[in-house]
Amino acid sequence: MASEHTAKAFDSDLQELTRLVAEMGGLAERMIVESVDALVRHDVALGQRVVAADLEIDNMQHSIEERAVLTIARRQPMAIDLREIVGAMRVAIDLERIGDLAKNMGKRVAALESDFHPLKLIRGLEHMTDLVQQQVKTVLDAYAAHDLPAAMTVWKGDEEVDAICTSLFRELLTYMMEDPRNISFCIHLMFCAKNIERIGDHATNIAETVFYMIEGQQIQDKRPKGDMTTFATTVPGN
Amino acid sequence: MNELSVSVSPSSSATHLPEAPAKVTARNLNFYYGEHHALRNINLTLGTNRVTAFIGPSGCGKSTLLRIFNRMYDLYPGQRAVGELKLDNTNILDPKLDLNLLRARVGMVFQKPTPFPMTIYENIAFGIRLYERIPKSEMDGRVERALRGGALWNEVKDKLNASGLSLSGGQQQRLCIARTVAVRPEVILFDEPCSALDPISTAKVEELIQELSENYTIAIVTHNMQQAARVSDKTAFMYLGELIEFDDTSKIFTSPGDRRTQDYITGRFG
Repeated sequence: MASEHTAKAFDSDLQELTRLVAEMGGLAERMIVESVDALVRHDVALGQRVVAADLEIDNMQHSIEERAVLTIARRQPMAIDLREIVGAMRVAIDLERIGDLAKNMGKRVAALESDFHPLKLIRGLEHMTDLVQQQVKTVLDAYAAHDLPAAMTVWKGDEEVDAICTSLFRELLTYMMEDPRNISFCIHLMFCAKNIERIGDHATNIAETVFYMIEGQQIQDKRPKGDMTTFATTVPGN
Repeated sequence: MNELSVSVSPSSSATHLPEAPAKVTARNLNFYYGEHHALRNINLTLGTNRVTAFIGPSGCGKSTLLRIFNRMYDLYPGQRAVGELKLDNTNILDPKLDLNLLRARVGMVFQKPTPFPMTIYENIAFGIRLYERIPKSEMDGRVERALRGGALWNEVKDKLNASGLSLSGGQQQRLCIARTVAVRPEVILFDEPCSALDPISTAKVEELIQELSENYTIAIVTHNMQQAARVSDKTAFMYLGELIEFDDTSKIFTSPGDRRTQDYITGRFG
C-alpha cells in the first residue's frame, strides 16, 4: 500500500470505501452459503431471509457509489487513488449481482416441493458452492490486501467450477428424460447451478478489477473456460 | 508481470497519441545558477503542435527549463546552460544566436498578466512593429487576427483604444496571449498562466490553449495537476532538477511508471 497522503482525510475516505466493500463482500458470501443451505435443507424461511438480504446489499452498493462519487468530486484523485475508487465501484457492482443471483436461489426454495432429492445432485451443487464461495472469499481478501498473485489464482481457477456445472447439467437432463415428474425440480436446480457458476464469473471479474487497480492496465488474455453447458446434450435412451 | 503470465491490453487509440515530429529537442541539458546545479541531464522532446505540461514541486526546475527554451536566463549574469537544445535545427544555446529572433519564434506568457500601459490595440501592434514594418491597414488585420487568436476580439472590438490595464485579470492574460500570437511564433511557453485567474477565466485560457495547439507547439508549467491533465498531450514530471518521467498525459495521470511521480500526483509528497 502506498504511503499516507498529505491530506489525511483523503486516506480515511479511501479506507472507508475499502471497509464498505469488505462489509458488502461479507454479506454477499453469507447470502451464497445460506441460499444453498436453504436449498439443500429445504428451509423456506432461510430462503426468504436471503431474499430479504438482497435489499440490504443493494443499499450498500448505492452507498459505496455515492461515497466514491463524492470522493472523486472532493479529492480529484489521480493514478492509484483513482483506480482504487473506480475499483471499489466495480467490485460493488459485481457483489450486487452476486446478491441478485443468491436471492434468485432463495426464491426457488419454496418451489422445490418434491420428494425427489437425488443425493448425488445435491452433493454436486454443494461442492460447486464450496468452490465458488472460496473463490469469492479469496478474491475479496486479495482486493483488501492488494494481493495480485492471489487474485490471479482466482482468475485462473474458475475451470473446475465450470466443469462441475457442465456435468450437473448432463445429469439433470438425464433425470428429466427418465421421468417427466422430475422436470420441475431439475429445471429449478439447473438454474441454481447456473447461478452459482455465474457467481464464479463475478469472482473472476473482481480479480480483473484487482489486476487493474494494482497494475493500471487491463488484462487482455481470455480466461480459461470450462463451461460447456451451452453444448450439453443427452441422447434419448442413453 | 511475467510470473503472472497474463498479457495486458495495449492502451487504446482513445488514450494513446501518435508521436509528433520534434520541435524542440533537449539532449543532456544542464543548467547552473552560479555554482548551483539546477537542472541535471534533461533529455526530452516537445512534439510539433503538441501541448507538453511540466509538473513538479516548487524548486524542481520546471520554470528554469522553460526559461532556457527562449534564453530568458540570458538576462541574468551567472546563469548558464550546458548541453544541447535545438529548435528544429537551430541551436538555441548558440551564443551568436539573435535572441530577439529566437523570442519571436518562442513566445512566452507569464504567471501574472503583464499588459503594457498602452491601448489594447497598441499592446498587440507594439510587438509586431519590433519585427515587421507593415502599413496601418494591414496592421489592423493583424491586430484583429491576434485578438481573435487570443479569444478576446468579441469582448474588446469596440474599445480597442481603451487601456490594456482596464481589462479584467482574465482578459489581460488573454491579451498577453494575443500579443504573443501576434508575432507568429512557432512555440508558446506558458509559465503558470492561470494561477492568478478565477475558474471561468482559467477555463477560457485552457480552451484557448487547446485551440492554439492546432497551430503552435506549446509548453506549460503548472502547479494545477488537473489543469495539466486537462490541457496537455504529454506530461513531464520533474523533481530536484531531474526529469523523472515523461510520457503521455493519459498514462501519467492514470498509471505513472515511477513511484515518485505517483506520490506527487496523488498528494503523498513530503
